Amino acid sequence: MVSRIEEDKSRFDRIVRGKIKHELRKYITHGEMIGRKGKDFVSIPLPQIEVPHFKYGRNKQGGVGRGEGELGDPIGSSGEPGQGLGAGETPGQHLMEVDISLTELAQLMGEELELPRIQPRGEKNITAVREKYVGIRQSGPESLRHFKRSFREALKRELATGTYDPLNPCVVPVKPDRRYRSWREVRLPENNAVILYIMDVSGSMGDEQKEIVRIESFWIDTWLRSQYKHIESRYIIHDAVAYEVDQKTFYSTRESGGTKISSAYKLCQEILARHYPTSDWNVYPFHFSDGDNWGGGDTKECVRLLREELLPQVNLFCYGQVESPYGSGQFIKDLEKEFKDEDILVTSQIKDRDAIYDSIKDFLGKGR
Amino acid sequence: MSATRTLPAHLARLAESIRATASGYGLDFFDVVFEIVDYAEMNEVASFGGFPIRYPHWSFGMTYDQMEKGYSYGLQKIYEMVINNDPSYAYLLECNNLVDQKLVMAHVFAHVDFFKNNMCFAPTNRKMMDTMANHGSRARKYVEKHGADTVESFLDCCQSLDNLIDTHSLYMRRRPKTGRAASVSDEEPAVDHSVGRLRSKGYMESYINPEEFLAERREHKRRQTEQKQVFPTSPERDVLLFLLEHAPLERWQQDLLSVVRDEAYYFAPQAQTKIMNEGWATYWHTKMMTEKLLDASEVIDYADHHSGTVFTQPGGLNPYKLGLELFRDIEERWNRGQFGPEWEACEDWSEKQRWNRDAGLGRQKIFEVRRLYSDVTFVDTFLTEDFCRAHRFFHYSYNKQTDLYHIDSREFGKIKQALLFQLTNYGQPMIAVVNGNHRNRGELYLLHQHDGMDLQLDQAEDTLRCLYRLWQRPVHLESVVFERRKVLTYDGKEHTRREIKATEV
Repeated sequence: MVSRIEEDKSRFDRIVRGKIKHELRKYITHGEMIGRKGKDFVSIPLPQIEVPHFKYGRNKQGGVGRGEGELGDPIGSSGEPGQGLGAGETPGQHLMEVDISLTELAQLMGEELELPRIQPRGEKNITAVREKYVGIRQSGPESLRHFKRSFREALKRELATGTYDPLNPCVVPVKPDRRYRSWREVRLPENNAVILYIMDVSGSMGDEQKEIVRIESFWIDTWLRSQYKHIESRYIIHDAVAYEVDQKTFYSTRESGGTKISSAYKLCQEILARHYPTSDWNVYPFHFSDGDNWGGGDTKECVRLLREELLPQVNLFCYGQVESPYGSGQFIKDLEKEFKDEDILVTSQIKDRDAIYDSIKDFLGKGR
Repeated sequence: MSATRTLPAHLARLAESIRATASGYGLDFFDVVFEIVDYAEMNEVASFGGFPIRYPHWSFGMTYDQMEKGYSYGLQKIYEMVINNDPSYAYLLECNNLVDQKLVMAHVFAHVDFFKNNMCFAPTNRKMMDTMANHGSRARKYVEKHGADTVESFLDCCQSLDNLIDTHSLYMRRRPKTGRAASVSDEEPAVDHSVGRLRSKGYMESYINPEEFLAERREHKRRQTEQKQVFPTSPERDVLLFLLEHAPLERWQQDLLSVVRDEAYYFAPQAQTKIMNEGWATYWHTKMMTEKLLDASEVIDYADHHSGTVFTQPGGLNPYKLGLELFRDIEERWNRGQFGPEWEACEDWSEKQRWNRDAGLGRQKIFEVRRLYSDVTFVDTFLTEDFCRAHRFFHYSYNKQTDLYHIDSREFGKIKQALLFQLTNYGQPMIAVVNGNHRNRGELYLLHQHDGMDLQLDQAEDTLRCLYRLWQRPVHLESVVFERRKVLTYDGKEHTRREIKATEV
């Protein structure tokens, strides 16, 4: 039987994950607890939901404390004025906050968004030979001797032959008792992936839009890096013409030209053809734009490029459309119309920063 | 919880001897049933507020999540848990070492003594163990019938209002008891024939005041008084009770609201006596441990554990420590006779220092205090200036420029006032229903008795939303925001804030 508390906990978890009771989502605070893992301090995510109450606002009122100090001495920042009356029964201690690693972050994100692990496409696996310790055998180099197993064998032998004396439990392994670790060679897949970030930097993309792209790219990067051993990132910006740039330029450039998306897709195709043969690489292009493409049949050209050139090569093609006050936002509709049944092409509307969360889920939720 | 185990023999013997020791000191407690639990069970029980079972709600799961993480990363550990019930149940952590178990048991007996004797706890339900289980099964029944989401969302709303109770109402009768039925009484009021009668001479009576005419006048009069009637007649602090009696709730909703209300009343005294209760238990565990129970080999471990309990972070305030020191101070003062008019009148500092009348009343006094006081009155009466100075209390305030809290005063009056403010109405704002038929449109009007600190507005508005769900008509809360009187309103669609002009009052 599931214990009562497990039921309550699973309901809580489902609320936090946004599965049920959306009205409570806005009360969720993503607190953390600072904990220890071995020598390291770690921050443990601690989501909390506070149901609203009529209660006093914490508008920086004072309080009472105890201890030494002159008038005017500071006792803590606005976050934490010592401890109030609610002090727990456990002694506090001085903690140092240490960021969690990106791997852990990716793991948390995977759990939070319930992202499936990515299944690399079969033929793209390059395998490498690895040694793995899998068993025990009776001979081998002394450096691999398994002490516990050897003693166990010796004990068995002594018990069987009746030489074991419980009053003087001295067990001496002899040569036939010795056991050694043995290994086997296994072929482990080694996966490579390339992420192509494409961003529209035409005049209609404002700073806020770019910030959204930056945040989203960071999370996508983090997740894909946790899934692949070796990852390369390439950055493409475009207005009416496309350039390949480095990361810094990618996030900081602001152009003012018009928009011709097909130019970027062409460049993307060229980069892939030159550096990343499909047989060796998992390919992830992410394209962010405000969806305001130049008329004159460019959209048609884009669709052609996608269908004939890009889609056959990539694992997933993601198009994220950020909302901007100027753009018409037509492109996403065109794509959706043209590629209705295409799994490999994913589109997502990113209205504001809050929508990033759902957008990441749109993109990566398919496990491709 | 099926897995709790009764005490192993050596702990049972220990419990018996500590029970005898505690009785020997004059502590008077309910029977205590100790149960041994492992940490997972302890976390579970603690998440349920000490009970093996509660109504199903995610909030307990949230507490559990926190405790579990805290425990597995070695951040916090609950040594003991005791609940106010007759008999009292206390849970001991399986992996505690022996000296910890001793300390915990001594601590527990003092808590139970406090539960049994402190007047705040007198009206509490001593069969809460059964009642909670009953609440649980009632709620589960409703879940089966109406679905988990429906029931849980309703409970969310109830919990959102669960601080709107009137803890004093348990000691007095504010108004004659009425059931819900009484307010919609079918009984016809006696017909008063004098109503609306025009003056007439006897023989003209049937012409001037025909029966139909009188009936109409009576009806008119009755409607008028009905409209004028404000209810409640005096402000109702027990908002939950008011809702129970007057909100258009379905039967199951009414029942769940009463569950939440009962539990709120059950837990309120623990919030009202946190300092005293922990202080009392700590006072007695130190006394018993150091005078009777400790084995020489255990002194170091005991001291380590005890100092953890009373440790006060620099700048913080630990209720265990504050309560303990206050009790010790009272005992000392009454032993030396430092009380009464003569003591108050004495203004010679050095004489006060030497003052000793060998009154020997200390022990007797602290027992009296534990019976009659709650945190507010305890601190109000016994936190003296000398005590305040000796324990280096200070008052701090927030400085905008530095974004830091600074010590701004060591003045006794200020410190005491701030402390009392934190404790009044167990730290909750005072809110009462003043009108259940506001604007004669059946709207609910609450008044926050503003005492210098504003409410947190976003939460207040969300709480109004919950209130609306129960009341189903527009709800208002009058309060003060940045020194202006305002009414927050939620009418089911949108929130409004309206300022009350001075002329309106």
